[in-house]
Amino acid sequence: MSRKPNPLGNMIVLVALLILCLGFALPFLWMMSTSLKTLDRTMAMPPQWVPDPIVPQNYVKVLQNPKLNFPLLTRNTLMVAVLSVLGTTLSSSLVAYGFARIRFKGNSTLFGLMLATMMIPFPVIMVPLFTVFRWLGDHTGVPLLGTLTPLWLPSWFGSAFNIFMLRQFFLTLPMELSEAAQLDGCSEFGIFRRIVLPLSRPALAVVALFTFMGAWNDFLGPLVYLQDPGQYTLALGLQTFQSQHGGTEWNLLMAASVLVISPVILLFFLAQRTFIQGIATTGMK
Amino acid sequence: MTSFSSGERHRLRQGLAFLSPWIVGFLTFLLIPVGLSFYFSFCDYSLLQPPAFIGLANYRELMTDPVFWQSLRNTLTYAAMALPAGLMVSLGLALLLNQKVAGQSIFRTVVFLPSLVPTVASAMLWLWLFNTKLGLINTMLETPPFAALIRGLNAVLGVLHLPGVQPPIGWLTDPAFALPALAFMSVWGVGQTVVIYLAGLQDVPKELLEASELDGANAGQRLWNVTLPMLSPVIFFNLIMAIIGSLQEFSGPYIMTGGGPARATYFFTMYLYDNAFTYLKMGYASAMAWIQLLLILALTAIAFRTSKHWVHYQTK
Repeated sequence: MSRKPNPLGNMIVLVALLILCLGFALPFLWMMSTSLKTLDRTMAMPPQWVPDPIVPQNYVKVLQNPKLNFPLLTRNTLMVAVLSVLGTTLSSSLVAYGFARIRFKGNSTLFGLMLATMMIPFPVIMVPLFTVFRWLGDHTGVPLLGTLTPLWLPSWFGSAFNIFMLRQFFLTLPMELSEAAQLDGCSEFGIFRRIVLPLSRPALAVVALFTFMGAWNDFLGPLVYLQDPGQYTLALGLQTFQSQHGGTEWNLLMAASVLVISPVILLFFLAQRTFIQGIATTGMK
Repeated sequence: MTSFSSGERHRLRQGLAFLSPWIVGFLTFLLIPVGLSFYFSFCDYSLLQPPAFIGLANYRELMTDPVFWQSLRNTLTYAAMALPAGLMVSLGLALLLNQKVAGQSIFRTVVFLPSLVPTVASAMLWLWLFNTKLGLINTMLETPPFAALIRGLNAVLGVLHLPGVQPPIGWLTDPAFALPALAFMSVWGVGQTVVIYLAGLQDVPKELLEASELDGANAGQRLWNVTLPMLSPVIFFNLIMAIIGSLQEFSGPYIMTGGGPARATYFFTMYLYDNAFTYLKMGYASAMAWIQLLLILALTAIAFRTSKHWVHYQTK
């Protein structure tokens, strides 16, 4: 920041960053390394950083393990994630448009109410939500508990955080665009669909990305709603596997963890800018 | 009462039409559950039988339930360790990562990536790192530089008449170390907070920093008198998020310790979960949920009250 370069200060910053970043990277490297070792080498003393021999077969073993059933877990997780992403981008953008672009009585009151709901954490409502899903299941004849439905259904009714983010974005689009379209006979929904949505791809990408990550990571939701291992998501499946067979085969457990992490890391490198922008805007007023 | 013109009524109808998904969702998945939760908290409700009203009995029982108090104490102790540690590390990292040095973007990526790791995966990884016999952390503590460090620490502890540290440490098996270990692990995931701080740092006006430099302020003074006050709204935002987050901590500890050893890491949400879905005491769990909500609101309100003294909003 200072105009004259300060070589000594720069050196100190660089060394501090090197040490700290090494600390942040070591767990990752150790996980990778363990995942490629034979079982007895995981117990080698002193610890071995470069596996010898390298055993990529650990990954095959994990993918084919019948007790873990990785393909099924992945399918379930993807289903929840994709349905959540679809539902929340559609519904949240619709609601955000109403808040951002239509001036009606009570708009700001309802918006304030919506912001307040962001304060209510999931653990607080998980008990009654469970009974609501049970009631809905009993009264519609479609069982909901013990299925994946409770995990994605609420996202089809807009989520406060996403609505908030999209509203902020929609506010930045010039009102003149809407007025011009209105003069051309475009309905409010037409403006939303043909003008505002296409212009909002970056914001929609942020919403989609974070919803996907949330669904991929969620542990408490599946723990509460799922009963049958055939319905388990990756998070729940991995935990069950660890609690039943873990504590011994660290190489396989680390390989499974790497497999769970890798799609997320891949997404990050594909959409780095979207990630950083999304997080940065959450911190803004 | 103002009467609605037809244009206003039209806009109201349109607005509500766009809002309808949220209104339905708000009623079904939030307002009704919150209302039910309030009602259940005054009921004996086992899921198998309809709820029976019992007045304040759940709350009264909670007040004399030692496990409730222990889970609350554990959660607050954890928050008292994880919050300041996370705040200092993320702020420090953001300040360092804001400097123009070689490899800046690589450093930023390395700090950010752990925050993307799914909770279950990071729980597995840290179970392995914290393992008493084979874990990387304990084996590293036995290497000469760390062994010397521990000897120094033990000397200090000895002077203070405190028990010394004897490696190998049972990070997750020794009640004294389990909560600090979990707090330490949480610092690994501060990447997203760092990014928020970095974004905030871009908003600190360059002219102010330059002006203070011309006035002879050194780097430390510029940090304390310009950068930090300018960043205070962002610090405040992160503080609130961290309070809300740490008071609901569940997944990591549930997977790693199941609340043990000797309930040393039995968190508030874990006891709530167990009451609801293990013991089927839904009413009791609902009372806990309300206490948790009130606690979060109270702590947030306190943060807001103190914020007048240290948060500076830029007037535009």
